Amino acid sequence: MELIWQGTKQAILLLLRGDPEVLGIALLSLQVSGTATLLSLLVGIPLGTVLALTRFPGRNFAMSLVNTGMGLPPVVVGLFVTIFLWRSGPLGLLELLYTPTAIVIAQLVIAAPIVTGLTVAAVQQLNPRLRLQLVGLGASRLQVVWLLLKEARLPLLAAVMAGFGAVISEIGAAIMVGGNIYRQTRVLTTATVLETSKGNFDMAIALSLLLLFLAFAVNWALTWIQQRGRAS
Amino acid sequence: MDPAAREGILTAPILALEGVKVTYHGALVLDVPSFELQEGRTLAIIGPNGAGKSTFLRLLGLLEAPTEGRVLFRGRPVAPRGDLLSLRRRMASVFQEPLLIDGTVKDNVSLGLRLRQTDRAEVSRRLQDWMGTLGIRDLAKRRSRTLSGGEAQRVSLARALVLEPEVLLLDEPFAALDPPTREGLLADLKVILCKTRITTILVTHDRDEALALGDQVAVMIDGRILQMDAPERVFVTPVNEVVARFVGVETILPGHVRGVSDGLADVEVQGWTLQVAATLTPGERVLVCLRPEEVTLFPKGTTAALSSARNQLHGRVVRHLPTGPIYRVTIDCGVLLVAAVTRQSWEELDLADGAEVVASFKATAPHVIHRA
Repeated sequence: MELIWQGTKQAILLLLRGDPEVLGIALLSLQVSGTATLLSLLVGIPLGTVLALTRFPGRNFAMSLVNTGMGLPPVVVGLFVTIFLWRSGPLGLLELLYTPTAIVIAQLVIAAPIVTGLTVAAVQQLNPRLRLQLVGLGASRLQVVWLLLKEARLPLLAAVMAGFGAVISEIGAAIMVGGNIYRQTRVLTTATVLETSKGNFDMAIALSLLLLFLAFAVNWALTWIQQRGRAS
Repeated sequence: MDPAAREGILTAPILALEGVKVTYHGALVLDVPSFELQEGRTLAIIGPNGAGKSTFLRLLGLLEAPTEGRVLFRGRPVAPRGDLLSLRRRMASVFQEPLLIDGTVKDNVSLGLRLRQTDRAEVSRRLQDWMGTLGIRDLAKRRSRTLSGGEAQRVSLARALVLEPEVLLLDEPFAALDPPTREGLLADLKVILCKTRITTILVTHDRDEALALGDQVAVMIDGRILQMDAPERVFVTPVNEVVARFVGVETILPGHVRGVSDGLADVEVQGWTLQVAATLTPGERVLVCLRPEEVTLFPKGTTAALSSARNQLHGRVVRHLPTGPIYRVTIDCGVLLVAAVTRQSWEELDLADGAEVVASFKATAPHVIHRA
């Protein structure tokens, strides 16, 4: 208990002092996972909408893939992204391995199926006859999609939160494709592992607290937007 | 364009179907060889659940394409891959559920106009007009999900009417409403339709709604339009037994014509000889259709003095079913007849199940359908 108490005290001091190293790591985490989440929305929302609203051969198979992808182990993603980005790999020429971009790519692969799957669920929970009604009021195909997504915005925000939550907290992919390089690819989770292994519990606790705070702050903001939509 | 062709377009029905069939998974759900609706009419399509009425409405609203055949709008065939959007924007639909979007009443009523990028001044003018007409101006700022069922359906109707469409499609719009709400909305809609003369197609399983709103009634059963005519003609002279049953003829008696004199035919029905005013030929096989409101009941023994009706059948009350102030009384006279009797007469005549009565009706009362 003494360890936790001392560690927490130190951690709070570190944070209050605004330790540049800790803040730098936190900022990078936010940038990388935020970018990955945004990109996963660009992929997942259109894909999920198509899966939810259309019928085509192989749709069930595609849905199964997406649903499996929602539980993709980050380590597996890390492994395959590493292989792809490896110097002699298919995308080796891009020299992306051990850069923040590599982490963004890996986290995008983790978050995209989650956003896609939850988008499908969000759109499918709408009254199926609403679509016909919108067409019957003269909505074009794009207008229908836009209005349906607007109707589904509350569960869609849940998809955003789930996607961000998954990538900000993962470590397997970040450590494999990023390499946990000091001041380059060290993010909150990889740094926490490193500091813990070195026995720097105060630093590790500070990083963990920041991670929790970031996750909380982002989700709080999203929840606020979501629940404002429910007001009155 | 030559004058004849121009004439053709001017007088073309606003909507028509040619050789239309719809199949779902190989099952034929709609089979309409031809159908025409003139501009300004209000057509009520009645039929039991699952008859294909909603499918029919979706075809007319260009919300679904037929498996076979074609839809014509103002005389021009609608190309399945053509510019459906601009044609759809000349129509508007209302369904059984209000299907409002999340937002205020105003957001909902203005939705179709916003989809059409109508300019602001016009939007606010039409909102004023139509929200007033439907009595929902006070609800303008209310959120749609706080509305009652009746209010929501008024909003849904306003949302369609505000578009001032050339064709209004209504799919069971009153089915989910409680009776007083339904009657209020029905009365308002009647006034609106009379005033605006919007071509309207109403799908309903309710005969009263069809009678209240339709200036034409089509009976659809098993995917086919069995009869389309003025309401009184459909209800009084149904073309066959299925239509007769659906429009509320409860007594349908098979018989054959024994003789004809002075425009009166003697039709033998299970031992009774009925006199029927109809042009028939002896030997012909017919169905005698009798609406309950045409049959009058008298206690046994008082008949001759009280009634000049030509047909008087003796029988016994089998059962009675109170439906509001009217009792539907079934009488067994060897054949079963159904009579509609007011509760007052039921009590005055001291009737009861098992009572012996005389059922009488005029020679002009029955409608006769020819049997093959």
